[in-house]
Amino acid sequence: MLFKLSLKNLKKSVKDYAIYFFTLILGVAIFYVFNAIDSQTVMLEVSQGTRDLIDLLNSMLSGVSIMVSFILGFLIIYASRFLMKRRKKEFGIYLTLGMSKRKISMILFLETLFIGIISFIVGIGAGILISQFMSILVANLFEANMSEFTFVFSQSALIKTGFYFGIIYLLVMIFNTVQVSRCKLINLINANKKTEKVKMKNPILCIIIFILSLVLLIYAYYKVSFGYDTIQSTAEIYQIILIGILATFLFFFSISGLLLKVFHSLKKVYYKGLNCFTFRQISSKVNTTVVSMGMICLMLFVTICVFSSCLSMKNAMSANLTELAKVDIEFTKLRNLTEQERDDYGFSEELRQDSYQSIEESLKKINFDPEKYLKDETLVYYYTDDEVTISKSLGNIYEEVKDTYTALDYTSREIIMSESDYNKVARLYGNKTYDLNEGEYMVVADFDSMVEVRNRALEQNNPITLNGKTYYPKYDHCEEGFVDMSNSHINTGIIIVNDDAVNDSMIESEILLANYKANTQEEKEKIESLLQTQEGNTNILLSANSKLAIYEASVGLGAVVTFIGLYIGIIFLISSAAILALKELSESTDNVERFSILRKIGADEKQINGALFKQIAIFFLLPLSLAIVHSIFGIMFCQKVLETFGKEQLMASVTMTAIFLIFIYGGYFLITYFCSKNIIKEKR
Amino acid sequence: MENILTIEHIEKYYGNKSNLTKAIDDISFSVKEGEFVAIMGASGSGKTTLLNCISTIDRVTSGHIFVDNKDITKLKGNDLNRFRREDLGFIFQDFNLLDTLTAYENIALALSIQNVGYKEMHERIKKVAKELDITEVLKKYPYQMSGGQKQRVASARAIITNPKLVLADEPTGALDSKSSKMLLERFQYLNQSLKATILMVTHDAFTASYATRVIFIKDGKIFHELNRGNDSRKEFFDKIIDVVTLLGGDYSDAL
Repeated sequence: MLFKLSLKNLKKSVKDYAIYFFTLILGVAIFYVFNAIDSQTVMLEVSQGTRDLIDLLNSMLSGVSIMVSFILGFLIIYASRFLMKRRKKEFGIYLTLGMSKRKISMILFLETLFIGIISFIVGIGAGILISQFMSILVANLFEANMSEFTFVFSQSALIKTGFYFGIIYLLVMIFNTVQVSRCKLINLINANKKTEKVKMKNPILCIIIFILSLVLLIYAYYKVSFGYDTIQSTAEIYQIILIGILATFLFFFSISGLLLKVFHSLKKVYYKGLNCFTFRQISSKVNTTVVSMGMICLMLFVTICVFSSCLSMKNAMSANLTELAKVDIEFTKLRNLTEQERDDYGFSEELRQDSYQSIEESLKKINFDPEKYLKDETLVYYYTDDEVTISKSLGNIYEEVKDTYTALDYTSREIIMSESDYNKVARLYGNKTYDLNEGEYMVVADFDSMVEVRNRALEQNNPITLNGKTYYPKYDHCEEGFVDMSNSHINTGIIIVNDDAVNDSMIESEILLANYKANTQEEKEKIESLLQTQEGNTNILLSANSKLAIYEASVGLGAVVTFIGLYIGIIFLISSAAILALKELSESTDNVERFSILRKIGADEKQINGALFKQIAIFFLLPLSLAIVHSIFGIMFCQKVLETFGKEQLMASVTMTAIFLIFIYGGYFLITYFCSKNIIKEKR
Repeated sequence: MENILTIEHIEKYYGNKSNLTKAIDDISFSVKEGEFVAIMGASGSGKTTLLNCISTIDRVTSGHIFVDNKDITKLKGNDLNRFRREDLGFIFQDFNLLDTLTAYENIALALSIQNVGYKEMHERIKKVAKELDITEVLKKYPYQMSGGQKQRVASARAIITNPKLVLADEPTGALDSKSSKMLLERFQYLNQSLKATILMVTHDAFTASYATRVIFIKDGKIFHELNRGNDSRKEFFDKIIDVVTLLGGDYSDAL
């Protein structure tokens, strides 16, 4: 009997449950897809370096999954609570008919079970389907070869999804039982009749709070964008974030009262068609949902920032590679260590001895014949001198810079190169070469914030002293350039002087840049594998930095960041859209009343649907608009923090973000609109 | 005087062939411009169904209803809405005011859906509020008003569009006797001074006694009709009671 009743209930209210089902299915599907990446990556043919990154990705994904399951758990309990609210009258009737609360709980238990099973099956089905596309994306992001398409099914992901959602459903059941046992019959019966008391906030208070929130927001915006340089510590960043959060809540607390006041004074707009009804509907809803509006806005903000930053990071990394890794391999070796340096760095005596051997000697020692495998060899040296530290080369502005950039080690020695050495590298890379006169020096750098600081020193014509001789800058700014290969602009500065300004006693390290003697990718990988066998060799100071390794690392890192970002972003997006949709639909019973009154006084269907559309659209757009404004400054901030990443890729990733937003958020909006329209439809 | 409302042989059936309920069984009558007609009957007599058919909320099974010589049983879709909006005014037992709007806004809505400009709207609301004695509650929300005030606001909303016909469904049903009396006096005023044509459904003899004509309905048929003529309200009330008594024991809820 109970079994039949709950099945019937379910069938009857499929329409009401649409959002609930949709959310559950999406949740299950996404949870499965991201946990199935594990088994998809196993099949990819990738190098060891990439394999390590994939392992990192998988362990991060399973960690994030726990957080995601919490979010989904809250969301589902929240959704079921709203559905309970809609059915109060039904439960009231059961109770008056003499059904015990235990039996009602049983009905709910069975219903949750059915919903759970159905949504789980559908969700897993959708998940398996989506994960086939996902495996293409995975291969693409890791730039691995997908020799053939294989159907992937992850049993472990299935079990994991089942386990987590089982717990969530169990919690929902417990929650429902508690809710039922706490209900009072009189409230259940009268649930539909309760008329809302319209709480109007004091408009003057609203205006004051609104202005306050604007001031706080502008302050936070300014701090993270144009005032970025004045931020001195992480504590201050937290403070700004807290101010932003507070301002967001205050904004939603005051906005409805304020808007209503503004529109109310625009009599011609306010009293046109159903406008006054629509405004009142929205304002009463925003008024009662200040907290969730704020939360949703913040979640959307995080989603947008995470999406666009992680996508642009991945893109920028790939783009920088061709520009910043121009030869196949770079060997670096610390040279001529003194006993003092040996103790400072914590090296063994054996390594100190090794440092007196050249790179070429070391390579031969590990059975790697440079003559046989390398071409375009370019050998240069880095020099250092105790007289030339960062604080010295900054000169007068050291004192003011010291307080702003506390993280820099100002006592560390600057890297110095001779003019001809740098030009050799520049010719190899196809960069600009330079010609220095007697007594001149110049700085090449491409790390933006360091360039800024150095430029200030160079503008003041700050001299440096080397071996008792004084040198003045040739340019009043840093020239762009680099020597070490990397995946981003991280050259904080190399000082270049005349060849006769340096001598062998100042040599700090030796750099050998070269291409492999190979024509195809396979041959290159073969040569590289010879070197990789020596990777663990701790007896020599030689280190190698290859184009391939840089490439793999950055591609892999980009992929990891992209996946985690996508996962969190999608979950946040779904949560916020689902909460909005539920909020809107939960009041649809009240709305049935209201819209039928409108019909009785003769409003057109067109007017009614228009009012409904406007109401839902504004309700959805309000948190989104503020979140977008937040994000503009948030992304600016991310760009500054992660300043190694290129800006040119931002547009593409913002477009991607917009597409995601439109699909998921827009999808929820449309479902909400059509469900509401269905609910308020005239019953004849 | 011209006929505003003409009803010709309407029938309304519910159910299927094996179990047919005739809620309205061949009713014909007409209402002239400026009349105040009450339709009386017990619960289940079909009076609310009749009102729903006239207001196009429900459809007749057969027969025709003419409002201002227009057959409203043939109207569809947005024509129906336009008819309700422009030709009818509604007053309901449970007021049907929008709880999120103030009294002023509730009244304004009836005009704004007809695209009346704000200036004219404001003038008309001020005027009607004065006539119905609700000027001081215009800024209040429904939950801040008494039942009588709510019903007068609803009445203001119904008549502000100058409808051809005002339909009232048990307007005093949810009011105490004092508020009822006040409301009905207002109805009388609207009818006599503003020449509003009112058709009111009620089962209460006291309420019906304010009308100029009373039509009694029993089991979906017209049972009797009373004209007030030159009687005072009290005399008319006694006549109505006589008919109610005649209707017998099954009309026990008449008082």
